[in-house]
Amino acid sequence: MSDWVEACGADDIDEEDVMRFDHDGRTFAIYRSPDDEYFATDGLCTHEKVHLADGLVMDDIIECPKHNGRFNYKTGAARGAPVCVNLRTYPVKRDAGKILIQIG
Amino acid sequence: MEATLSAMPSRRDYSLLGRDAKRAVETGLAAAEWYHTEVPRKQMKELMQRSDGPAIRDTIIWLCALVLSGAGGAWFWGTWWCVPFFFVYGVLYGSSTDSRWHECGHGTAFRTQWMNDAVYQIACFMIMRNPVTWRWSHTRHHTDTIIVGRDPEIAVMRPPDLLRVVLNFFGIVDAWHAMTDMVRNAAGIISPAEKTFIPEQEQPKAIRIARIWTAIYAATIALALYSGSFLPLMLVGLPRLYGAWHHVMTGLLQHGGLAENVIDHRLNSRTVHMNPISRFIYWNMNYHVEHHMFPMVPYHALPRLHELIKHDLPAPTPSIVAGYREMVPAFLRQLRNEDYFLKRELPPTAKPYRDEFHNDNAAVATAAE
Repeated sequence: MSDWVEACGADDIDEEDVMRFDHDGRTFAIYRSPDDEYFATDGLCTHEKVHLADGLVMDDIIECPKHNGRFNYKTGAARGAPVCVNLRTYPVKRDAGKILIQIG
Repeated sequence: MEATLSAMPSRRDYSLLGRDAKRAVETGLAAAEWYHTEVPRKQMKELMQRSDGPAIRDTIIWLCALVLSGAGGAWFWGTWWCVPFFFVYGVLYGSSTDSRWHECGHGTAFRTQWMNDAVYQIACFMIMRNPVTWRWSHTRHHTDTIIVGRDPEIAVMRPPDLLRVVLNFFGIVDAWHAMTDMVRNAAGIISPAEKTFIPEQEQPKAIRIARIWTAIYAATIALALYSGSFLPLMLVGLPRLYGAWHHVMTGLLQHGGLAENVIDHRLNSRTVHMNPISRFIYWNMNYHVEHHMFPMVPYHALPRLHELIKHDLPAPTPSIVAGYREMVPAFLRQLRNEDYFLKRELPPTAKPYRDEFHNDNAAVATAAE
């Protein structure tokens, strides 16, 4: 089992927004949902490797900034063309004001 | 605006399976990282926000005007009074659907996705663009904007086929291709070029839509024959011809006469100030540099985006007429020298073009000779 990695402070992300987190040569996207829950996925769109952190969070959807492809960031499911491949998700926990993700 | 010549004259191969397509991949032009003006995240988030209100308002106006003008045309059919009604109906059917298709395809017009999908399907039918094929071709257009051999939506290839351009003001070439593509797709055939940008799992959807459309057109033709009147075709199908002029007029300005094979939208796209009626028909796609740079921004927020980033963009073309005054001579010159293009000049406040995006030092020297 991989270690938990500190990604950011809980207040670093606005509600209904996303933030980029780079670690060990990889890039992730950390989300804060409208109901103040945190989630994490791979940081690049599965369509054309664009950073999702530049995209738009709407409810439980992250929309890619390049082609408007949509994913459910809670499950990673592809939800709209042109994305066809799901995003990988990662466990997230909040601890003492920090957001940690478990990188597999 | 400064006229210049490219440094590498060559015959172009616009085929998606051809020499230039392969070269674009080899040289890194395909799926490249494009220039973006820096916009603070907070402001970009505000600009990207979706709302249903503006598009619902505009769609109600559009549909009401469509129904009223179509009804008027039908009512006065057989008299000259039908002409102004069909003039309006044609533009609403054969031109305003270009922007509705486009914006709803991006999913930015409405916040509610089913509304985007519904208007997208209606507009695609009217503009005669298979909703599956064109969703994917437009994705490629945004990935590889005006990259020769990669972009399937280059309206005017070099050297320009001006006869084709003129005919398309009446939708003739586009509609012919749309009909032949529809019949081919309805027969279950996806072309090799289409296969380069439509994922395999999406291809059956393109075929299904083509079959539905073929049935609708067949029914319309049958009704015209049965009734012995052109009227059914004046309402369904033909408006794509007699009403196409406005979307061609505005659409050619998007990239016409500008650079190819660059990865900075300031060089290959044109923002044009337009009158309010054209902007309603065109859903603000006259802010075309802004749209390509930030496709997440809905049409109704593009004027605000323009104000925010105009310091970093070429000065907008002041009018449709001004756009044609620079574009048409460029097309004519490309007949003699297909490497000629219009280079957009940046204001002093802008970040300069980067050499890796567009190294034209040699070209400027050539033009100065």
